[in-house]
Amino acid sequence: MKIDAKGMHYAELDRMVKSSADEDITIDNVLGQRYIAAGAGGKRITVNGTPGNALGAYMDGCRVEVCGNAQDATGDTMNSGTIVIRGDCGDTAGYAMRGGRIFIRGNTGWRTGIHMKEYGSAVPCIVVGGRAGAYLGEYQAGGRIVVLGIGCEDGPCVGDFVSTGMHGGRIYVRSRFVPDGLPPQVTARDVTDKSELAPLVREYCSYFGGDADALLADDYYVLEPSTACIYKTLYVNRPM
Amino acid sequence: MINYMMPDYEVVRDKELCIKCKVCVRQCANNVHVYDEKRDVLYADSSKCVNCHRCVTLCPARALKIVKTDHCFKPSANYTEDIIKDIYRQADTGGVLLSSMGTPKSYPVYWDKMLVNASQVTNPSIDPLREPMEIKTFLGKKPESIRYREDGSIETEKYPDLELKVPIMFSAMSYGSISGNAHIALARAAEALGTFYNTGEGGLREDLYRYGANTIVQVASGRFGVHPAYLNAGAAIEIKIGQGAKPGIGGHLPGSKIGPEVSRTRMIPVGTDAISPAPHHDIYSIEDLRQLVIGLKEATDYKKPVIVKIAAVHNVAAIASGIARSGADIIAIDGFRGGTGAAPTRIRDNVGIPIELALAAVDTRLREEGIRSAVGLVVGGSVRSSADVVKAIALGADAVYIATPALLAMGCHLCRSCHSGRCNWGIATQDPELVKRLNPDVAAARLVNLVSAWSHEIKEMMGGMGINSIEALRGNRLMLRGVGLTQKELDILGIKHAGE
Repeated sequence: MKIDAKGMHYAELDRMVKSSADEDITIDNVLGQRYIAAGAGGKRITVNGTPGNALGAYMDGCRVEVCGNAQDATGDTMNSGTIVIRGDCGDTAGYAMRGGRIFIRGNTGWRTGIHMKEYGSAVPCIVVGGRAGAYLGEYQAGGRIVVLGIGCEDGPCVGDFVSTGMHGGRIYVRSRFVPDGLPPQVTARDVTDKSELAPLVREYCSYFGGDADALLADDYYVLEPSTACIYKTLYVNRPM
Repeated sequence: MINYMMPDYEVVRDKELCIKCKVCVRQCANNVHVYDEKRDVLYADSSKCVNCHRCVTLCPARALKIVKTDHCFKPSANYTEDIIKDIYRQADTGGVLLSSMGTPKSYPVYWDKMLVNASQVTNPSIDPLREPMEIKTFLGKKPESIRYREDGSIETEKYPDLELKVPIMFSAMSYGSISGNAHIALARAAEALGTFYNTGEGGLREDLYRYGANTIVQVASGRFGVHPAYLNAGAAIEIKIGQGAKPGIGGHLPGSKIGPEVSRTRMIPVGTDAISPAPHHDIYSIEDLRQLVIGLKEATDYKKPVIVKIAAVHNVAAIASGIARSGADIIAIDGFRGGTGAAPTRIRDNVGIPIELALAAVDTRLREEGIRSAVGLVVGGSVRSSADVVKAIALGADAVYIATPALLAMGCHLCRSCHSGRCNWGIATQDPELVKRLNPDVAAARLVNLVSAWSHEIKEMMGGMGINSIEALRGNRLMLRGVGLTQKELDILGIKHAGE
């Protein structure tokens, strides 16, 4: 199914996408329509243009490919499926993501992967080709974030306040520049075992090209939180 | 440093009555009672006692009581014992004071300064035992006008709403803050009563999905347990912006309460602290709120009403006006005397405003702007009795949220120690041995008793006023009079003084 979204209101577009019996949907001339594939599952959707906020929010099993840039709250609370963005992405991508994958060819904005979750086999992943804005992995409770920093090899490729409030999951960064001022519960170490990283980098390259082996041969550091109750000492019981 | 703090309460054991059965030893999760085998004596470490009455209630010999200690500091109206002890606690630890449940401080309770009207001579009162009395409430956005087809049938489509057989719902308490058995009891009671309970921000166990028609599912800043099946399982979705007991800060479930089951529903590691931060990091404005409201509606095909819950704060009327324009169907306002499973003490005791004033201000503002019917209005944050419910509805609420009374109905003795995770009544704990103590069938029956009793009392009071429909009570502030209130307070409440 092909939809020309020119001048179309988001509610109409999203209804057409969700009610379509066709599993393959291509949407042309997308310009800011929000909530595409929100809560949807079982479809392959190609978005040509610039989708609006909350693309794939609460999504449960679609495969969405964006030929363009994505805006804020992409994959907000998504449960499963894949979002591939052939451009840059706005703020709070993968907010509270519970499963599935987001691949961003270029850069991503602030608060990427905030509140990402994980349980058992549900391990959400975000792979960013370029650089990530401030507060990457804020309150991260699980999942994997990979920042490849392609094109910014001469300096840090993650913004300030990375991993603030992080208490689960991992952040891999292809860089030698470990940020200063990590939160006390987070430690950075060099990556020696790339078995978890390799499939994600290879999948990134399968969408956007690039030499996965060369990327994997580079140095990475990984950020991991301790799972101790970090706030236990913050409080004193006041039994009144 | 010598830092012994005299306990606030003393466990008193009548040795004549005590039969040394050791029930108290087995029942106390705080290990207050100890049996010394060598000396064959039972003694109590009162410093561990939270005054929850579990041992007192279960002692077969009625040999126990808990009394407030008569040990005292030199009395001062300024440096009270509480203040002195708090300073010691913080000097010892450097910690933020953490408390549970609603503030115990003596702020004005405006419910108790308002009196309800009754009919005499000129307008007959109604006997609810013999005459029909309607307390069913529809909660949500009302159509602006009604259009009819040529055959007289109604063409206007209703907005999604909630149908409440009683204007009382159970407010949000998460699985995590309270036990699975407490959640089951609330769900069963809501179903039996034709009303709703609220999951809070902790997800929903699959075995409770079957109560979905009576469930409000909550979405908060940490998005714990939120996925399409969860959103679609409930009858309505509540976006939690704030909570009366801790406006401006987020939720914090201590790691001690995060066992394997809670870890699964929240999708966070076992034993780590679950943080729901103060803000939703994607909401900085009413326009952003609208994005979340519409996003949730998109994900659920516009079939569910969306509630936005805020704490009662200084500018609550203006904020509610914005929410009413955000696409939300229902606004829930939580007053600062409301309960909590854990909140920094200073915030609980000092931040926010009373729900009565917030409710009156919001209802007035929405009416002035002509958008009162664009939203349903629910209030909570210390609604303690059917009289409070009647007064809330007369001030302009469509329905109320209750939580502390629901906990009390299930056996809570308001010891305000929920944050310890060692609730001896099996309510605010995840310890399997303690959770077993709460029988969900018994607890559900007691919840049904409570709300049924309140419903009848509401009908009695309505009947007394000559009102036979809750619709006619809503916003009917002429039915209220203030006692001992200043003109300013009366103006904000929009009521006259008694005698006027």
